[in-house]
Amino acid sequence: MAGDATKALSNDVLWGGGRSPFSISYGKMMMWFFLVSDALTFSGLLVGYGFVRHSTTEAWPIGEEVFRALPWLHGSFPLIYVALMTAILIFSSVTMVLAVEAGHRMDKSGVIKWLFATVIGGAFFVGSQAWEWYHFNHGSGGYITIDNGDRYWVHNDAHDTHDPAHAEGFHLVKALPGHYLLPDTLPGGAEVAPVTGDAAQKLWKEKVVYMAGAPFPWSAHGIEFNEYGPQQYANFFYFITGFHGFHVFSGVVINLIVLIMVMKGIFHRRGHYEMVEKAGLYWHFVDLVWVFVFTFFYLL
Amino acid sequence: MERDDIIEYSLDAHHSEEHGKKVRQRIWLVTLLLAVVTTVEVTLGAYWKTWFDLSAWNTIKWTYVVLTLVKAAYIVMTFMHLGDERRNIRAIILLPYALFILYLLFIGIWESQYVKYLWETYL
Repeated sequence: MAGDATKALSNDVLWGGGRSPFSISYGKMMMWFFLVSDALTFSGLLVGYGFVRHSTTEAWPIGEEVFRALPWLHGSFPLIYVALMTAILIFSSVTMVLAVEAGHRMDKSGVIKWLFATVIGGAFFVGSQAWEWYHFNHGSGGYITIDNGDRYWVHNDAHDTHDPAHAEGFHLVKALPGHYLLPDTLPGGAEVAPVTGDAAQKLWKEKVVYMAGAPFPWSAHGIEFNEYGPQQYANFFYFITGFHGFHVFSGVVINLIVLIMVMKGIFHRRGHYEMVEKAGLYWHFVDLVWVFVFTFFYLL
Repeated sequence: MERDDIIEYSLDAHHSEEHGKKVRQRIWLVTLLLAVVTTVEVTLGAYWKTWFDLSAWNTIKWTYVVLTLVKAAYIVMTFMHLGDERRNIRAIILLPYALFILYLLFIGIWESQYVKYLWETYL
């Protein structure tokens, strides 16, 4: 960055008054302080998640088994969608830092170009998250655990994203419309004729022990229980990614406002593009948080 | 009224076309690094069970933590330009944060293990 921060000044001069001992402006310092406090909030959420996960004695969902779907495609793609989201956010961070760099050269059209790309990237990320929520909410067929501990992969007629053959370690179960189980064999090996109607519903209700799921009031397709493990898992998922997603959304709005101000030439007249830099700090922070959410929620 | 008591540090941050080239080069280098690290993480997450024994999970877990910290360091130091700021502001931002977070982590992990022990023993 060069500038005042690289000048060798003695402590007497730095702290002697009449200047910032840190060689940064008031606005930038306050943005940093805000980011530190916000980082503490996010850390609190992630440590809270870690606390619950460490203290639980029940099975905990595994990221690469839960997040394995892609829009419009069948089959299993563990973590690919989240990886795409991560890539989008990192690249929008790159375009932001390029906008800041263009600002240091007073290159107005460069700032507009890169800032516009940043806004687009951020909007894509928020949209991706909407799809992920939607998918997590209504489920994908998924698995259920019966009372002897066996895990059954349930083909969900309404939403047939996954090919169950990809689900290793699961028994296969066919399901009729309405999610009625149609097991080939029951535990114990007895052949069972196709069960339909009330009998199937009874089987579904009595033979199946759900992992307590995430009942969501607007859950689509009449699924009563989400298959993705304990309730707390879903709570943390919605809260952490929701809190982060709201930050991304605010970031997009802030970047958009700054973009409009740049286009109106306000910063060019002011003589510097520090506002872009401050908005950039916030935007990079959002990316930074996602790096941690990605690791501690999806990977670990 | 124009104020003359404010030093505009941002004016000092301006740089020339040649210097900008160097800055951009560094940005793309860091981008490449972040992309590679993320690819490694995702590939490891998706396929580690087919490549390694289940007992390798602990090593993989710590690999993730280290890779994440590497990514975070590059984002903060290069993209957020904290590496280019004065040492005193770097310390003021990073040290208090590190202090709080290490304490929070310690409490979180320590207490969660005790709670797990309670669940297992008395439930």
